Amino acid sequence: MDNLPEDLPADLNLMEMRPKIIGARVQRVEDPRLLTGTGQYTADIKLPNMAHLAFRRSEMAHATIDNIDVSAALAVPGVIAVYTAEDFYGQITPPRAESKTEGFHSTPILPLADGKVRHVGEVVVAVVAESRYIAEDAAEHIEIDFTPLPVIADPREAVKNEVLLHDDAGTNVLVDRTFGRGEVDDAFSQAAHIVGGDFRTTRKTASPIEARAAVCEWDRGRRTLTLWSATQVPGVIRDTIGDVFGLSGSHVRVIAPDVGGGFGCKTCLYPEEMVACAAAIKLGQPVKWVSDRMEDLVGTNQAFDEYVHAELAVDAEGHILGLRADVVGDSGAYSIYPWTAALEPVQVISFLPGPYRMPAYAARTRAVATPKTPLGAYRGIGRPTATFVMERLVDLAARAAGIDPVEMRRRNLVQPHEFPYRTGSGLVWDRVGFIESLDAVTDSIGYDDLRAEQLKMREAGRKVGLGVVCYAELGGIGSRIAVAPGMPINTGVETANIRIDATGAITANFGTASNGQGLETTLAQVVAEELGCRVEDVEIRHGDTSLMAHGSGSYASRSAVLAGGAATVSAREVRANVLKVAAMIMEVAESDIDMVGSRIYVPGTDREMTLKQVAHTYYQEMGRLPKEVREEVPLESTRSFDPYLGTAACASHAALVEVDPVTWGVKILKYAAAEDCGRIINPDVADGQMRGGIAQGVGVALLEEIIHDEDGQILTASLVDYVLPSAVEVPIMDVMHVESENPDNGTGFRGLGEGGIIGAPAAIANAIADALDIDIREIPITPEKLFRQTGN
Amino acid sequence: MIPKVPITVTVNGRTYEREVPPRLHLADFLREDLHLTGTHVGCEHGICGACTILLNGDSVRSCLTFAVQANGAEITTVEGLGTPDDLSPLQQAFREHHALQCGFCTPGMLMSTIDLMQKGTPATEEAVRGALSGNLCRCTGYENIVRAVLAAMEAAGPEGKAAEGTENEAGANG
Ligand code: FES
Ligand code: FES
Repeated sequence: MDNLPEDLPADLNLMEMRPKIIGARVQRVEDPRLLTGTGQYTADIKLPNMAHLAFRRSEMAHATIDNIDVSAALAVPGVIAVYTAEDFYGQITPPRAESKTEGFHSTPILPLADGKVRHVGEVVVAVVAESRYIAEDAAEHIEIDFTPLPVIADPREAVKNEVLLHDDAGTNVLVDRTFGRGEVDDAFSQAAHIVGGDFRTTRKTASPIEARAAVCEWDRGRRTLTLWSATQVPGVIRDTIGDVFGLSGSHVRVIAPDVGGGFGCKTCLYPEEMVACAAAIKLGQPVKWVSDRMEDLVGTNQAFDEYVHAELAVDAEGHILGLRADVVGDSGAYSIYPWTAALEPVQVISFLPGPYRMPAYAARTRAVATPKTPLGAYRGIGRPTATFVMERLVDLAARAAGIDPVEMRRRNLVQPHEFPYRTGSGLVWDRVGFIESLDAVTDSIGYDDLRAEQLKMREAGRKVGLGVVCYAELGGIGSRIAVAPGMPINTGVETANIRIDATGAITANFGTASNGQGLETTLAQVVAEELGCRVEDVEIRHGDTSLMAHGSGSYASRSAVLAGGAATVSAREVRANVLKVAAMIMEVAESDIDMVGSRIYVPGTDREMTLKQVAHTYYQEMGRLPKEVREEVPLESTRSFDPYLGTAACASHAALVEVDPVTWGVKILKYAAAEDCGRIINPDVADGQMRGGIAQGVGVALLEEIIHDEDGQILTASLVDYVLPSAVEVPIMDVMHVESENPDNGTGFRGLGEGGIIGAPAAIANAIADALDIDIREIPITPEKLFRQTGN
Repeated sequence: MIPKVPITVTVNGRTYEREVPPRLHLADFLREDLHLTGTHVGCEHGICGACTILLNGDSVRSCLTFAVQANGAEITTVEGLGTPDDLSPLQQAFREHHALQCGFCTPGMLMSTIDLMQKGTPATEEAVRGALSGNLCRCTGYENIVRAVLAAMEAAGPEGKAAEGTENEAGANG
């Protein structure tokens, strides 16, 4: 990394020539370790005397547990302990995510199923043994007697409450919310065209290549629990585990070491984490659990899974008059901690109006408990479904009104002079590049020429279609807006602690955690630029609750904005204090000196000190500085950052696809996306987030589907059946970043992490619909579905 | 208990003699017995490619191979390429092209790439994508990986596959 020339001539105006570190294509500091197998993921951790944990999971979707016989398992040589639910009575207080949302019913998160099972894959018995092989063998020797209970797998049936999954909730409808404004019925009665109907997005799973894992150690003497977990939210887990076990936060340390991707599914507290802790405490020996892929596909929280009825009303010129929607979301068996079952289905109706002007909106959403794996968070949360539905509606309306789909969008996008714009669901879009993104993407693909070319290809018999979509989202939201409505934690703040130690080294501690997105690099860039040092001078620490009083983690496109904001304010404070101290040592005015590349200069002279020298003088040279300086001017700062509101981020995506008329396979011929994520910290990282998100969107659109039969059995419990996109299916992408006008949130950063997956399914769906002149109502769009739908 | 079986394997240039249960798979042997945790396990059923290593020069999925099958074999894992201070040319290409995010798929990608280079895969976008289709990455969207591989192929030239291979034999930090 060569951001700074080695020898800066002292007489240059340093302020002017200071190289930009934010915005530079800095190579990632994480890479050397991750490229050489010297990173440390949770599964890599080995502790002396460590035991291994495996689970016996439910094969039934809904059943009472009549008897569990563990004797054969206990008899297996090498088995240390076998636990069922009763073993944790009094030790674990199951957490419950409460919510202030109207019509909300909570459920507990149980360490092990107690009395009844509620989904296939639910943990029922825990086995601890000397090796994982033995623990897994022993788990198979456990006999469980079940009495099956009726299974209502379809949430549209479950709303009738004929069979309750949680008796104490009294209903299967865990959330029932409505949003709206304006006179929707009037809008529809005045409409020239009404389009819409039933849409469906099936169940997905985030499936990071590193499945979940946990290692727990209990120090009996100090009564201190240390949990290493492949989690995105160590702060949330620490706070919750403390309550679950009745331990103070100072006696619980949660560490997220290198994490092999998360994409949202590692943002919840899971039963296995609680059991690993409970077992480690009971046994006084470290306990390790590493999920295999089958467990991941039945036991890790899943995503999407909505039935959406939606209709759009437009006038004869294609102007949107109103939108109505009714969403039934399949929440699975439990309301997740901390986000609750409201998370996904509420986001669908929050974001459904999209980046469009819309006078009238009415929507209802319900989160319905069914005997399936709980629904959790997956990149984009609700917005991929919202965007798929809305962008299908816009295309349908354009067709009905005889307007080109891109022109249709131009007519309806919120215009630059209309910001801030409050949507029908109450979200506020601040100034963001709706139009700029659409322009960038249509320019990049050469929209008009491509349409002409498409005509020619179609005349030649090729089934080629073009889809263009727009969406808006909120990123980096502060304490004014909850990530999930009414949920129990504060997601709106992050804290940084930056300090210069006695050796002159710079350490920046954060309460957040990376899940593989390169946070060590981007945060080092922010600190380096604001403090006046080089990226390699900064040691970034994160993912360890012992670093900070409070923090949560990476989710909701927040880390760059919130942790970046905290880094900014904290680094500025440290810089000011360094300059104050250096000025005293150098006997010049503070305003006469500057710091670049960890060197403090008096411009126009040859006088300079290194940061190391300043630190040495400050900390070690007694008598050199008045005592008040050490007492009152710390070379350290802890500052929090709360953007209060959120900032809008947006994108347009375009896809050109071809459908094979024989196999009905879909090939993406061209893909382009333009996003406004505000000020960019590292273009490589920003691009990478977009590309990775789009690839996941390709999976959502064409390949991925968790399938349950009507008994609630999961039919896709391996990666053979749940198909992730490979290098062959993911297209080359033209990824562009537009910066319309930076948000006034202290840093100019907008959220970015989730965008790609939000636009891609809609763009691909619209392109396929265009290619075949059909309507697309359900994703994924598989060859089989196309074959059936086209009646060929 | 089924008796353990003695095996001798050479990993990254260093020879190990161990006794292993017959059902122990090679990924667990490398990770647990030899403490070489650079080889990752993503699925344990042969789909994701994260566990790919070179066995006698060929790429294999160590989750589908028993440790006893490696008796007498020469193995190269990611630890046998460069070191954090001295990345191999392929590792450097991955870094330059931002071809990794979380890094969990990366060791398998690197080993599969060495194999495809040794096998004379044409240096084209399509051929590389095809050759890497057995290695899943959930983070990057693959494009940067393909770029990195193409760049490494170009830098290595027709003889270059040997260069990366020789380095393995040397066992940089086995
Ligand atoms: S772990 Fe071996 S292929 Fe996935
Ligand atoms: S870099 Fe995360 S899976 Fe490939």
